[in-house]
Amino acid sequence: MFDAEWLEAIRQAAEAWEREVLAPGLKRAPERRDEFVTVSGMPVARLYTPLDLADHDYLRDLGFPGAFPFTRGLHPTMYRGQLWTMRMFAGYGTAEESNARYRFLLEHGETGLSVAFDFPTLYGYDTDDPEAEGEFGKCGVAVSSLADMETLFDGIPVDRITTSMTINGPAAVIWAMYIVAAERRGIPMHALGGTIQNDILKEYIAQKSWIFPPEPSLRLIVDTIEFGAQHLPRWNPISISGYHIREAGATATQELAYTLADGFTYVEACLRRGLDIDSFARRLSFFFNAHSDFFEEIAKYRAARRIWARAMRERYGARNPRSWWLRFHTQTAGCTLTAQQPENNVVRVALQALAAVLGGTQSLHTNSMDEALALPSEEAVRLALRTQQIIAEETGVTNSVDPLGGSYLVEALTDRLEEEAERIFREIDALGGVIPAIERGYFQRAIAESAYRYQREIDTARRRVVGVNCYQSAEPLRIPLLRIDPKGEERQRERLARLRRERDSAAVSRALEALRAAAQGSENLMPYILDAVRAYATLGEICRTLRGVFGEYREPSLW
Amino acid sequence: MSSEEKRIRVLIAKPGLDGHDRGAKVVARALRDAGMEVIYTGLRQTPEMIAEAALEEDVDVVGLSILSGAHMTLLPRTVELLRRMGMDDVLVVAGGIIPDEDVPALQAAGISRVFGPGTPTEEIIAYIREAVSARRPS
Repeated sequence: MFDAEWLEAIRQAAEAWEREVLAPGLKRAPERRDEFVTVSGMPVARLYTPLDLADHDYLRDLGFPGAFPFTRGLHPTMYRGQLWTMRMFAGYGTAEESNARYRFLLEHGETGLSVAFDFPTLYGYDTDDPEAEGEFGKCGVAVSSLADMETLFDGIPVDRITTSMTINGPAAVIWAMYIVAAERRGIPMHALGGTIQNDILKEYIAQKSWIFPPEPSLRLIVDTIEFGAQHLPRWNPISISGYHIREAGATATQELAYTLADGFTYVEACLRRGLDIDSFARRLSFFFNAHSDFFEEIAKYRAARRIWARAMRERYGARNPRSWWLRFHTQTAGCTLTAQQPENNVVRVALQALAAVLGGTQSLHTNSMDEALALPSEEAVRLALRTQQIIAEETGVTNSVDPLGGSYLVEALTDRLEEEAERIFREIDALGGVIPAIERGYFQRAIAESAYRYQREIDTARRRVVGVNCYQSAEPLRIPLLRIDPKGEERQRERLARLRRERDSAAVSRALEALRAAAQGSENLMPYILDAVRAYATLGEICRTLRGVFGEYREPSLW
Repeated sequence: MSSEEKRIRVLIAKPGLDGHDRGAKVVARALRDAGMEVIYTGLRQTPEMIAEAALEEDVDVVGLSILSGAHMTLLPRTVELLRRMGMDDVLVVAGGIIPDEDVPALQAAGISRVFGPGTPTEEIIAYIREAVSARRPS
């Protein structure tokens, strides 16, 4: 980045500074710690200068926003042109209650929807399944059939607003319900925009809401990617997610490397199906965590874009520049929220959200201050949304593209994260790839190790968390928490019973039988799933049919 | 062998569909590092499976980790099964996302202690040691 003569002059000046300024300074006032590290344990130097970027090549490593390798951002004008999508992850209880929450958020300026489903839905069980007992509506909304999906989006302009759905094991089925619910309102599928998470690898690695074993799961994912490429050009059929990997305890580097390695695995699965890279790569999307270490996080997003762009162009031979883009959603780190002094979480979230914006996110969820205690109340979620709006409208950080580009620290960290990720890719490759590494517990063990180290650091006060192990208050602060309507489950069960009575049960059986036969073969299953949904087959029935063919995943419980 | 010398046996279990196992694994390791014998059930355990595992493993303590919000259904059911299977003296503790206002009802149902987010692992270790030694016949 800099010419040799100038670097030599800086080197000499730095040595003189260390001798004449730094050394006496340290003698007068020693530093507070022997070593300074990021949240992930990466050592951070006292000062960064051009010497740290001696091997850096501006054109090769940074370039310009909207151009390869996209380190500085995907779009030439970034937030000067369009702000990120403010997309609050929400859902609880019945479809009616969640519909009301979506309308509330849209009224307050949210610009995209994001659906949280309850645990039974995530595992492909209907509300009235014995496995679902006690879990109805607790961590999200229950969607057991097309009827629930129709209620969930009642009155919401799904042709104009994009919807992200956090659903993995049964993603194809929930997506089909969304498509058919729109179809019933006269909105064709090609007009729909949004995202299904549909990332099963990180479920095995971290979040643990799976249904089927890896092979049939990958088949279903490739089916959705292929179907999307043909029929829903504005849809992201997968959101390759580091968020949950980080929440489970991974470091920033592990989050970065594991997520991109998962991405490569999906790309390779699609290529094995015979899809052309440029037919699907532009609709792959990503999802990262925004943790508390400000610069490390910003560097992580920048490194992610650069690694992905290089891999897509150089390793996989994509020719369309859109295929090189790493578009991503960000959520602030739930695991950093504290139950102690919950109002402090507002500040944590604001700083994490700022890091995501400075890192060039396409879409953002900000956590609510009460989420270490319960699902968020209306007041708390509005404040979390306002936090994004304040960053967007008041701070001026949106005025320039990649405002931290060229910071010696940020560039050095970006390079370092890329190197570390490459090292982890080699480890995964040596195990035979992501799936063999999952089967051998590589990720699970590494994450458990990092999580334990993090907790030990807090317990021994090496890591300080305000309100938890320092600056504690004697009096616990009480804030009003959300309570879910206890009658909701009963109403949902009644609705499900009525649906089963009133639908054409012969049509349901026919559709499920056709799906079973197709699952035994190798056809794309999306058309069959859509037909079953149109006949009002429930989520549980469709997933039971597929479980019958594919079996269920069982985790080796490693710790 | 005196009661102090016998190692405390702990079953850490994840009831329900909840996949959030970071806390359960961290606590399992902390208890093991504190010298206890720890068995971790893995995910998606029904109350019946947990009670059977507790009986089979002859544990002193059952630690239930739950972040899904299903605690009011699944935790009392687990204690009831433990008691019905004769494990009257097994200490039952819980951790996870459990609102304060639910704690009295859980305690009435036989959960001795609920550890919320941010609890230092030392506090859990100290509580288990004390409560188990109080329960053991001297």
